[in-house]
Amino acid sequence: MTNGVSIRDLSLSFGSLSVIDTLNIDIQEGEFLVLLGPSGCGKSTLLNVIAGLLEATDGEVWISGRNVTWEEPKDRGIGMVFQSYALYPQMTVEKNLSFGLQVSGMAKPEISKRVARAAEVLQIEPLLKRRPGALSGGQRQRVAIGRALVRDVDVFLFDEPLSNLDAKLRAELRVEIKRLHQKLSNTMIYVTHDQIEAMTLADRIAIMKGGVLQQLDTPQTIYSRPANRFVAGFIGSPGMNFLNAELEAGADPAFKVGASRIPAAGYSFDGLGLVAGPVTFGVRPEHVAAGEQAEKLPFVTDVPIEVIEPMGADTLVWSRFEGQEFTFRIDSEHTYRVGDQVRIGFDPARASVFDASGNRL
Amino acid sequence: MTQTNPAVARGRKPKKMSPARYGLYGLLVISATFFLTPLYVMIVTSLKPLEEVRLGRLFSLPADITFDAWIKAWSTACTGVTCAGISPGFVNSVQITVVSVLISVLLGAVNGYALSFWRYRGANVLFGILVMGAFVPFQAVIYPLIVFQREIGIFGSLAGIVMVHCIFGMPIITLIFRNYFSSLPEELFKAARIDGAGFWQIFLRIMMPMAVPITAVAVILQTTGIWNDYLLGLVFGGRDNQPMTVQLNNIVTTSYGVREYNVNMAATILTAAVPLVIYFLSGRFFVQGIAAGAVKG
Repeated sequence: MTNGVSIRDLSLSFGSLSVIDTLNIDIQEGEFLVLLGPSGCGKSTLLNVIAGLLEATDGEVWISGRNVTWEEPKDRGIGMVFQSYALYPQMTVEKNLSFGLQVSGMAKPEISKRVARAAEVLQIEPLLKRRPGALSGGQRQRVAIGRALVRDVDVFLFDEPLSNLDAKLRAELRVEIKRLHQKLSNTMIYVTHDQIEAMTLADRIAIMKGGVLQQLDTPQTIYSRPANRFVAGFIGSPGMNFLNAELEAGADPAFKVGASRIPAAGYSFDGLGLVAGPVTFGVRPEHVAAGEQAEKLPFVTDVPIEVIEPMGADTLVWSRFEGQEFTFRIDSEHTYRVGDQVRIGFDPARASVFDASGNRL
Repeated sequence: MTQTNPAVARGRKPKKMSPARYGLYGLLVISATFFLTPLYVMIVTSLKPLEEVRLGRLFSLPADITFDAWIKAWSTACTGVTCAGISPGFVNSVQITVVSVLISVLLGAVNGYALSFWRYRGANVLFGILVMGAFVPFQAVIYPLIVFQREIGIFGSLAGIVMVHCIFGMPIITLIFRNYFSSLPEELFKAARIDGAGFWQIFLRIMMPMAVPITAVAVILQTTGIWNDYLLGLVFGGRDNQPMTVQLNNIVTTSYGVREYNVNMAATILTAAVPLVIYFLSGRFFVQGIAAGAVKG
């Protein structure tokens, strides 16, 4: 399979401020890649460089097997959808869709054919004669996607397209974008800071921080085997519990948290293997069981309940384990009260352990 | 003791005229009177025959209304050696204003657009220099400009006076347009670039249609500014392109014969009429344009 988009040794700096630092990403043709990270991590900047709206300081951008580093945005075979929709307010939806084609000097019948097709795919036919001002947020974003669609491009770039929408619409359009990808199977690069969007849409997620790629993998791997502490803390809501622990080697290796010993036998170590010393032991709230279900797990303990947060589908419990803050999810049908001691248990095999510098062990 | 029953409080709270309100309205009436009195005097004086003016009853209404002063001011009053009234000045002013406004607003719009979207190297320095230009008193550069125009042979011509107005209008118009364009979402510009539009296509097809309110502001500012200009018209207009303001001055300061106050008043009103009419017709538009900061797409 050929690469849809390749980023090779890409760097970008504004003066002395480095925004992207020698980045390498290969995106396969037809892949849905999500760039995820906190604001200011360089993900939108990277998208702008791919689009040709910003010049790279160093490195190359390849799209569909062509080096487009010096090409104009229009010649790169990309379409882009923006957070603020960026529709031309004085033009009707139809004009918005056809503007790019008109500029490129395409024949009229071909333009109307393409506009009609895009309108059909996105189900915006009844809106064609309206102006953007008369549309709702969701409709506007659909038109914005249509503007990329009519240009028949190889690569779609999405710059936080759903951030301006309310929660319900966001969920709806998320599914629509996924459907669109399944139908068109174009390469899509999608920038977001929303981990739900990233998890649900992506074939692979690239997590960035400070212009540096932290991990590039499938959503499931990123969730269950985060490469470092930053990724572990960024993915998952509520966040992973991090416990300061001491890794003990020997015949019966264990993570010592305060007076408790969590057996390390079930944990599969990466790369460096088992190295004794101070570590961070991470376990997700949803991987902790409470009550009877806890009994059969490799590690069991009792903790006091400090705060109970009912979420509807489940309930989040805040407690303390060996003096360190510890949260876990329980079924919303429960009888616990604040102050109760509750039996919890978890399996170290599902945990993530990081060394002092934050890398996964 | 009066105490309002809380059970009565329901719906919109009744409005009451407080002493502060009376004071405010009083002040407004007084300031309006202050500014309108001269206008009143001008209008009534211009409608009186000269004999009645001489009586010195400044505020009295005209006994018999006559438009002779207006006709004379327009077509026969002497402006120096020629006695064709103020109408040639009107024609000159229209010519100067229309051409200057068109060119200066167009240049300012292109400048502002380029400065806010095409961030080329040195754009900020250029903008700084342009803004500084707005603070240079034009009296200081008049002489060098005269010499420059003489050398290129356009001093005293229509082209000369238009060029001067464009130069002096440039900083403020550029500033207005740059600030307006900066308030537009940059993503709009990016979208247009991805659509393949170039510098002029984005300017003419995307940006200018969105800039109608601010263009109106710029046109109004420039029109009134150029129309009301006296010094530049006097210096650069030459003999053939004297604007209305210069001719008005010539009528009023004629130092021989009788002082025809009614003619002077009529000529003054005629000269001031154009900017006044523009303000009346477009006042609301002007305020809207000034207030148009964030454009919701």
